Amino acid sequence: MAELSAAEAYRILIGSRIRSQLAYRASFWLNVATSVAVGLVEFVEIYAIFANVPVFGGLDLRQSSLVFALSNIGFALADTIFGQLDTIPTYLRLGRLEVLLVRPMPLLLQLVTSEVQMRRLGRLAVGVLIVVIVLPGLDLSYTASTVYLLVITPFVGAAIYGAFFATAGGLQFFLIDGAEFTSAFVYGGSYAGQLPGSVLITPIRILFTFVFPATVAAYLPSLLIMGLPGPRFLPAWLGWFAPVFAVWAWLLAWLAWRAGIRRFTGAGG
Amino acid sequence: MRTYLVLAAAEFRRYSTYRLAILAGITTQSVFGLIRVSVLFAAISSAGGTLAGYDRQLASTYVWLGQALLAPVALLGWIEIAERVSSGEIAVDFARPLDLQLAWWARDLGRACFQLLSRGLPPLVIGAVTVGLAWPDSWSAYPLGLMSLFLAVSISFTLRFLVNLIAFWTLDVRGFIGLYLVVGSFFCGLFIPVHLFPKWLQVVAYATPFPSMLQTPIDVLSGWVLGWAAAALVASQLAWLVGLVGLARVVQWRAARRLVVQGG
Amino acid sequence: MTSEPIVQLEDLRRSFTVRQKVGRLRRQTRVVHAVDGISASVQPGEAVGYIGANGAGKSTTIKMLTGILVPSSGRVRTCGYDPVPHRRRLAREIGVVFGQRSQLWWDLPLRDSFRILGAIHRLSAEEATVRTEELVDRLGLADLLDTPVRQLSLGERMRGEVAAALVHRPRLLVLDEPTIGLDMISKERLRHFLVAERAEFGTTLLLTTHDMGDIERLCDRVLVIDRGRLVFDGTLPSLAERVALQRVLVVDLPEPSPDLQVSAAAHIGSDLDGQRQRLAFSPKETTAARVLAEVSAVTEVVDLTLEEPAIEDIVRTLYGVG
Repeated sequence: MAELSAAEAYRILIGSRIRSQLAYRASFWLNVATSVAVGLVEFVEIYAIFANVPVFGGLDLRQSSLVFALSNIGFALADTIFGQLDTIPTYLRLGRLEVLLVRPMPLLLQLVTSEVQMRRLGRLAVGVLIVVIVLPGLDLSYTASTVYLLVITPFVGAAIYGAFFATAGGLQFFLIDGAEFTSAFVYGGSYAGQLPGSVLITPIRILFTFVFPATVAAYLPSLLIMGLPGPRFLPAWLGWFAPVFAVWAWLLAWLAWRAGIRRFTGAGG
Repeated sequence: MRTYLVLAAAEFRRYSTYRLAILAGITTQSVFGLIRVSVLFAAISSAGGTLAGYDRQLASTYVWLGQALLAPVALLGWIEIAERVSSGEIAVDFARPLDLQLAWWARDLGRACFQLLSRGLPPLVIGAVTVGLAWPDSWSAYPLGLMSLFLAVSISFTLRFLVNLIAFWTLDVRGFIGLYLVVGSFFCGLFIPVHLFPKWLQVVAYATPFPSMLQTPIDVLSGWVLGWAAAALVASQLAWLVGLVGLARVVQWRAARRLVVQGG
Repeated sequence: MTSEPIVQLEDLRRSFTVRQKVGRLRRQTRVVHAVDGISASVQPGEAVGYIGANGAGKSTTIKMLTGILVPSSGRVRTCGYDPVPHRRRLAREIGVVFGQRSQLWWDLPLRDSFRILGAIHRLSAEEATVRTEELVDRLGLADLLDTPVRQLSLGERMRGEVAAALVHRPRLLVLDEPTIGLDMISKERLRHFLVAERAEFGTTLLLTTHDMGDIERLCDRVLVIDRGRLVFDGTLPSLAERVALQRVLVVDLPEPSPDLQVSAAAHIGSDLDGQRQRLAFSPKETTAARVLAEVSAVTEVVDLTLEEPAIEDIVRTLYGVG
């Protein structure tokens, strides 16, 4: 008899989670509403800045909004897929990880597919809406490279932010009580990534470009799309290498994850 | 009264055991603080050096005070009461001879005192060392500031108390808490000062108690307002507190009735 | 054909460093030897009971042989694999039931859990269905398939857990305290099923338990662990011999009475002024029925209980003797 392929297995797993979430009507839609509110409130922050000054980090409201929206779409995707890793501290406390370890599936994948946070997609909707609104006014020339960047950026962004979630997850095995530490780069990264990277003061700029590449998730590709130059340490052409940065981010995540598992199974001593 | 003091002290001690969490919180606060400082500095330099009364120093003070007060004013959420409602333990609390709201209020003040020291001092130090802080011009800022802080924590507590009490009527409080957090932290001025909001948004903000939870104590402590203007702000906080406490009493009474009627 | 042991432990050790606060600020470090040099091997098809007091090292051993924990030293091989490095390959050959932790999806119907596990084990839809139906039938789960797992009683859930662990037909089934908290009927059903399953498929069984009834019903062999060391490894009859396992019949009489004198049993205690009396007897020499018959001949019996030998007593005896 044919063995089920890995893809089929994941499909069944994820399908069941999605179905189970949609079953809880009221609570689900309230959560979606919260997610939309999060997206809106974060945007209002950008909007409020521009109510005071016409140019911020070298960008105007429309341009800044593009950065914001692309970043948010990417983060919302990452949160939907990888957000479940936030529950690792709880799993650790309840001893539920052992049950997962005796299954023939990688632990990370099991955790990731154990829940799909459909409600986070509310935030994604806000991002998409903003893109749709500002794109016409930006007066872009739709060359092949522009279109390519517009399409690929949210996904590469999702990969980068997803790596942050995974890194945080791996570190949870070390940080039983210090889980808050990881918010610094997961949610801090999301925050830094939705702003024009040029406003970030140098040490933060370097942290969120070369260690946790949040500025590469949306800002640099946006500069390329709009044909603008970048600030110090952050030349626009780096945006073409966003996928490389994503790989780098996942390398860090993989190391953190491996170290975490080794710590959990006692191999680290 | 003594019981309430004991409760406050116990909560103080309870929070002091989470040392690693404190260190982690400090790191996160620093990162977020530096990002926020970046945002305000960029906006200010774009505006030519000052923006709505904020220069770089004042802006830096604003951000670091915000980070310092984040924990004591519990802007990151708190659902202990809601959890006790869903587990049913709340019945025990009601059975005790202490008033539910006052008891938790005392505990919250204990927690706030501890977090003022553990989470409040480090950001101020970091801020002073990295980008510089402004100090208020008048001595009256300090006692007024302390009063403002006390009122801010209490307002925050009462609001959280109210939100937690929603647990008596619906099962899923988390959704409401999440919404409360997002909206509340924006309107209290955590991201950018309420003074920088467009006029129409400011009107909306001041129609809520949120600014008095964070923006007002920061304004008083940083010396953004002085003297009688500051006193007036503190008075407005008091007004909000009185109103909210009144509302909370009513809701608590109805919640207690619901508990009795439903049987827990 | 060489018979490779399905589980092999060679001088297995595992220690933990525990840091305790002594006084206000200082920390004291202590090394706890949870498993202190255990050697044993289990042949395919055996049914082994693994007993010991709480904290004796049973769970730690299980964790090491299922790939959850790495040994501090010594060697462990399960189904021929080194458990931790080959965790996922090993997971295809073994099924594990943790008595206190559920592997089922809490908010989904039982049926979905089986389906998902079938997918995780990469069974084709047909294979999974056939196997699931078989297990459902033999464990009496048919009526429960559409109930969300969180609404099941403990007994029903445990049957579901055992079924879930066997969906992929593992060679080795490891059960960590499976009957804890179960009522007699559920225990009996589970035991009956496991005996039948072994008879039909030759699944090796490794069971940790506090319940001697489990051991008697299911296991040919017993390992007794105390403070990290193996103090007995042999058959149940030889354990009974070593330890002179005694049963205690507790009888409730209609009114306070003097101590009963019974030839088949020894009177070891009276409560409530003699209204409740405890009679110890050795199962090798007589049966509970015979003791009861003798008591009934002398007086009316209002109620009775049969007590099993306690693990702690067994261990104490073993340690004292050997």
